[in-house]
Amino acid sequence: MSTHKITTQKVNFKVFRFNADEDYLPYYEDYNMEVTSEEVVLDVLNRIKWDHDGSFSYRRSCRHGICGACAIKVNGRSTLACKERMHDMTELFGAELTLEPLSIKRAVKDMIIDKGDFWEKHDAIHPYLISDVDEHPEHEHLVTPHEAEELLEADLCIQCGACHYACPVVEINDDFFGPAAFAKAYRFEADVRDDAHTERLQELHEEKQGLWDCVKCYECAEVCPKDVNPIDKITKLHQMLFKEGVATSNVATRHAVGFLHSIKKHGVLDEGGLVLYSEGPGIVKHVPVALKMFTKGKIVMPWNMPKSDNLDEIQKLVKSSSTAKF
Amino acid sequence: MEKLRYALFTGCTAKQSTPEQMMSTMAVADKLGIELVELTEASCCGASHLQDYDDFLSLVLNARNIAYAEKHSLTMVTICNTCQLNTAMTKHRLDNNAELKAKVNEKLKEVGLEYKGTSNVTHFLYAIIDDFGLDKIKEMVVTPLSQFNIAPFYGCHNIRPSELQNESHKTPENPYNPTSLDDLIIACGGATVDYKEKNKCCGFHVELQAPHTAAVLTGTAIAGAMDGNADWMVTPCPLCHLKLDTQTGHASEAIGREVALPVLHMQQMLGLALGCSQEQLGLKHHLTKVDFV
Repeated sequence: MSTHKITTQKVNFKVFRFNADEDYLPYYEDYNMEVTSEEVVLDVLNRIKWDHDGSFSYRRSCRHGICGACAIKVNGRSTLACKERMHDMTELFGAELTLEPLSIKRAVKDMIIDKGDFWEKHDAIHPYLISDVDEHPEHEHLVTPHEAEELLEADLCIQCGACHYACPVVEINDDFFGPAAFAKAYRFEADVRDDAHTERLQELHEEKQGLWDCVKCYECAEVCPKDVNPIDKITKLHQMLFKEGVATSNVATRHAVGFLHSIKKHGVLDEGGLVLYSEGPGIVKHVPVALKMFTKGKIVMPWNMPKSDNLDEIQKLVKSSSTAKF
Repeated sequence: MEKLRYALFTGCTAKQSTPEQMMSTMAVADKLGIELVELTEASCCGASHLQDYDDFLSLVLNARNIAYAEKHSLTMVTICNTCQLNTAMTKHRLDNNAELKAKVNEKLKEVGLEYKGTSNVTHFLYAIIDDFGLDKIKEMVVTPLSQFNIAPFYGCHNIRPSELQNESHKTPENPYNPTSLDDLIIACGGATVDYKEKNKCCGFHVELQAPHTAAVLTGTAIAGAMDGNADWMVTPCPLCHLKLDTQTGHASEAIGREVALPVLHMQQMLGLALGCSQEQLGLKHHLTKVDFV
């Protein structure tokens, strides 16, 4: 017998209400409810609709963390409503919980948003296996356990949008594909049966959709209900670009490779050298701030660059352990 | 209490664009009686960018840095959130993957080193909270910062991914409601400002690649602190500091509003409260003038 104890607690839910057809502005309605520690957020949404206001709208389907329909935000945190328990939510945020749609600017009715941008970007990465399959194959296409492992995590994505609408870059840059689309792209890039490998990578590398614009904030990894760890997949796509020789010279790729040059030469990073190497002639736009920094003692001149002790060790390791080329 | 000793991984900016951070770290350690053994052999951590290019090499280099802390039998303290992330991530991966650890050690052997996994890696902020204790800090404060509203800016790489970060310190940090820096502000006698950008991204890592995105994030963060009625901001991360302190021009332009606040490194704030001088804390190195001292 489990000794786990179910507790009850009074929670005040501040719930986002909005009907795009009727309301000029959204408003928040308070619902004071007694909840048990074992209830999930979706139970609360159901109770609001069933016990308080039948017009309250939200998406739900499977109730088992598979369909990805019910993701909303609780106190600003993207949350799959059918997965997160009240116990964990109150532990994170206390007894005052704000329920909002994943993206307020895309709200249609209450918790329901127009997820069009998410699906458009998802479509754009060709989220399917592209392979010439013989009509009458003579044997199975074998995938080793090791090869399958490479895409396992990414394959768990349920397209709930939790990471997409937690990503700060998605909020700022409409063209940015976002963590979910990139993680999905990786899922097919890592699939040994896929034949569109290089073409898809080349498309991803185009500047507009921003594979290199990820700010590395880890918001996506933090919220993913399926532990897809999208930022890890974005990093792996970056590595793949170099490994497959698809990476072309631009400010982002030079910035990544620039670290290697610095480390080889100094052990530590040469900040000025890195900006120069990454930007090329574009460095002129940094001159005004750099001059101010210089007057405040924040710029080290090349002849004063610090170096790591035992630099020869670092150089030896760079030589023997490098696995990428540019 | 036995004297606290740590191996200090300074990171690259402390020796270049944020000299005030190095100065204030040493000044504060001195005041608190903490001994910091500088790892002068350490290389750059790769800052999450070398990791985009060559994963294995970045593991080897970070393992080498930790191996030097292990040689001293000391916990490694970092003073940069991104150093913390990359070093702790390396440690986590090697400690949980014997095959990978063996591969890395095969390389380290060439230079007579070995990664064992015996040294913890933690940010100076958490070393102070976990090992020194905020109660003791409170007792040592000579200049309480009681007249200031101070906005904490945590920096992503100290709080996310939380599963990894919480391995390296005893006081668990909730990435949606972090408290460590707030607690330090309160220990220094200041009032904390609660604002929604305090646990958000400053944009540093795409300053060159996506300057508009970076500037909007910086601007929004400073604006949030200003709207929260902050007198100044404080951060444990020198990269966040660079953005918030030196990029106010671009940030203001990007969000269409003049934003600027003095930004202190967490060590400088602590130093002020402990009675360190302005010179010791390097306050003259800031672009946004620290005009309240």
